[in-house]
Amino acid sequence: MANTTYDVVIVGAGIVGAACADEFARRGLRVAVVDRDVVGSGATAAGMGHIVVMDDSEAQFALTRYSQQLWQALRNELPAEVEYDQCGTIWVAADEEEMAEVRRKHDFYADRGVPTEILDAKRLKQSEPNLRDGLQGGLLVPEDAVLYPPCAARFLMQRAQQRGAELVLGASLSALGKGRVLLSDGLQLTAEIIVNAAGAWSAELTPGIDVKKRKGHLVITDRYPAFLRHQLVELGYLKSAHSVASDSVAFNVQPRRTGQILIGSSRQFGAEHKEVDQQMIVRMLQRAQEYMPALGQLSAIRIWTGFRAATPDKLPLIGPWPGDPSLFLATGHEGLGITTSLATARILVDQITGANPEIPIEPYLPSRASKEHAHA
Amino acid sequence: MPDQVSLKVNGASISVPSGTTVAVAMALAGQLCRTSVTGEPRGPLCGMGICFECRVTINGIPHCRSCQSPCEPGMEVASET
Repeated sequence: MANTTYDVVIVGAGIVGAACADEFARRGLRVAVVDRDVVGSGATAAGMGHIVVMDDSEAQFALTRYSQQLWQALRNELPAEVEYDQCGTIWVAADEEEMAEVRRKHDFYADRGVPTEILDAKRLKQSEPNLRDGLQGGLLVPEDAVLYPPCAARFLMQRAQQRGAELVLGASLSALGKGRVLLSDGLQLTAEIIVNAAGAWSAELTPGIDVKKRKGHLVITDRYPAFLRHQLVELGYLKSAHSVASDSVAFNVQPRRTGQILIGSSRQFGAEHKEVDQQMIVRMLQRAQEYMPALGQLSAIRIWTGFRAATPDKLPLIGPWPGDPSLFLATGHEGLGITTSLATARILVDQITGANPEIPIEPYLPSRASKEHAHA
Repeated sequence: MPDQVSLKVNGASISVPSGTTVAVAMALAGQLCRTSVTGEPRGPLCGMGICFECRVTINGIPHCRSCQSPCEPGMEVASET
C-alpha cells in the first residue's frame, strides 16, 4: 500500500463496515477497511437479509425505520444480484394472545406513520396458502423487504472503493486503537479515527465491549417459485427470541427472488464452533413445519451457520468508546445489522463530522453500557 | 414383475422395460429433463445422483433426480422449465 495514514481505518468488512466506509468516503474522508477474511464473510453471510421495521423499543424502531427508508432510497441503484425484493412481512398470530399483539403492533406503527394491515384467519390463508389451518391471523407490513446480504455488502464496499476507500483483505490484526491498527505482518495503519466494526469478534479486539457471539443456523431450499409470497415470522418469536439466556428457535421464512425459500431461525449462546448442530436444525425445521407443513416436502440444498453480535439491551453500539478518543464502535447489531447498516453509517459519520443526525443517537452510544456498569 | 412399464412423459404415453430409470425414459421419449435458469437445456451428467442436472417433476413433486428414480406404472413425469 502506497500510504498507510488515513482519516479513518475501519476494522471489519461486513455490511456495517462496508456501509460506514461508503459513508465516510462519500463525505470526503480518506478511508481504509481491513478484514481478516473477505467482504461480508461474518454475520453478514449468516443474516437472512431482512429490511424490516421493528418495535421492541422506540430506539429500535427509530433506527430500523430510518434505515429502511435509506434502503428504499438506494433501491434503484442496487444491482440485480442484491435481489432486493419488497415482499412485505406477515407477523403470524397463532392464538388470541398473539392477535392482541397484532393489534398492538398495528396501532404502534399507525402512530408512527408506518402502513400495516391486520389480516384475519381467512385473509392470512389466502395470502399464504401453504400455512397450516387454524392460525388466527397476522399483521402485514408491506414496506418490509428482503435482500441477499453478501452481495449488498459487496455493492457498498465497491461503491466506497470507487469513492477512494482502500480495502485490505486477509489481514489479521495484532492491535487496534490509540490511533492505529497494527497488522500481524507488521504493517501499521494510522488514523485519527479507528472504527471497530468487527461484529461478533469486536469484543476480542476491544476488551470490555459487552458484545457476545450468538450462533444462528440457516437452511435454503431448491427453487419453488410461488410456494411463498411474503416473509413470515411467528409472533411466538416474542416469547423465544427475547430470552437472552437460552437457546431458541422460531419460524421465519423468506421467499427469495430465485424462487428459493430461506428458512430460519435459531439463536444459541456459548456455542463457539461453526459446525451445524443437528439438534438445533431439527428443532428449527420442526418449528417451521408446525406453521408450514408442506415445507417438509421441499429439498434443502444448503445448511450453514454464523455468529451474530449480541448486546444485553438488543441495541447496537454506535459511537465513541470511552477511554480511547480515537476509537469508535459500530457493532452489536445482532440479527438486525442488514437493516440497520445504512442508518448506523449515517449516525456514526454524523457524530464524527459534526453533522446533525436525523434521529437521536443517545440510545446507541457505547457509553450507555459503561453507565449501567457504574450503577451495577 | 411385468416386463414393460407404462408411464407418461410430458403428457405422452411411453412404455419402457421394467427397471428403467426416469432419466432413460426421458431420453427414449426425446425430452429434456429441464431448462436451466439461464435458458440452457439440461439432462443427466453424472448419472449417479450427485450433479442434480437431471431434475424433473414426478407426480407433481418438483426437483426429483430422474437418474435415481425407477419408472413406475402410471407415473407422470414432466420436464422442468
